[in-house]
Amino acid sequence: MKVRILVSFKDSVLDPQGQTVMNALHTLGYDSVRDVRQGKVFEVELEGLSREEAERVVPEMADRVLANPIIEKFSWQVVEP
Amino acid sequence: MKFGVVVFPGSNCDTDAYHVLRDVVRRETVYLWHKDHDLQGVDCVLLPGGFSYGDYLRSGAIARFSPLMNEVVEFAGRGGLVIGICNGFQILLELGLLPGAMLRNKNLKFLCRFVHLRLENEATPFTRLGRRGQVLRIPIAHYEGNYYAPPQVLKEVEDGGRVVFRYADAEGNVNDGTNVNGALHAIAGIVNRGGNVLGMMPHPERASEAVFGSEDGRLIFDSLVKSLS
Repeated sequence: MKVRILVSFKDSVLDPQGQTVMNALHTLGYDSVRDVRQGKVFEVELEGLSREEAERVVPEMADRVLANPIIEKFSWQVVEP
Repeated sequence: MKFGVVVFPGSNCDTDAYHVLRDVVRRETVYLWHKDHDLQGVDCVLLPGGFSYGDYLRSGAIARFSPLMNEVVEFAGRGGLVIGICNGFQILLELGLLPGAMLRNKNLKFLCRFVHLRLENEATPFTRLGRRGQVLRIPIAHYEGNYYAPPQVLKEVEDGGRVVFRYADAEGNVNDGTNVNGALHAIAGIVNRGGNVLGMMPHPERASEAVFGSEDGRLIFDSLVKSLS
């Protein structure tokens, strides 16, 4: 099973990199851009886990290691069963 | 009295810290390998600056899972003195020995230069030879030193008098202009509730000999020696 985990800053935390990217997009004339948040993507291959077990293990891994819950949030999805 | 400097893959201020403790402060000092499980009976643990594990994932995020960190947490829990400098501070945050997290500097630049720090709390084992309001000139060298904590945590740290250093000017004024990296409340260093764990972004080990342009960093090491005497 392959899962994709997306980690990004919480809305309450400033993201200067995202702001810089947004400024660059504005410079290029993409005036419709209202906000940019930059994050990290992890693609994780899992072996021997049922879907149910993954539902427990993946958020646990994200919470303990992949994201810092003080400043970051995460979401995840199964990309290959 | 014995000091221990923890070495991670990617530490690059470990030798500087070792040198200052052994050759300048003149106290017995040992290196502690991060994979060991033995603090070798040290009285103070120093987590040095650098880029442990290449700063992969987040600064300090991998180092916190090093085997020796179990001993460090236990040592700190018993009231043992722990000081984390720069990357060492980031590791202490990831470990949860200190509250909060580090964001990238507000201007997205790696900052490597001398700054002025205002001493906010002289009642710690790390600053007892100083006086409140004193200004120290010590260099910083980091990309992720923009201290952040949720409002409630920040309030708790402030109310508890646990901010030890703030980025200031030479006169000790603190404002947006002196806050080089955008840290909340210009925080450059904090202690834990027990006051026995200090994290600071500036590098006192780089400012402990006149030949390097400042000896202000010695205040921290001399205070430690006094505390352990």
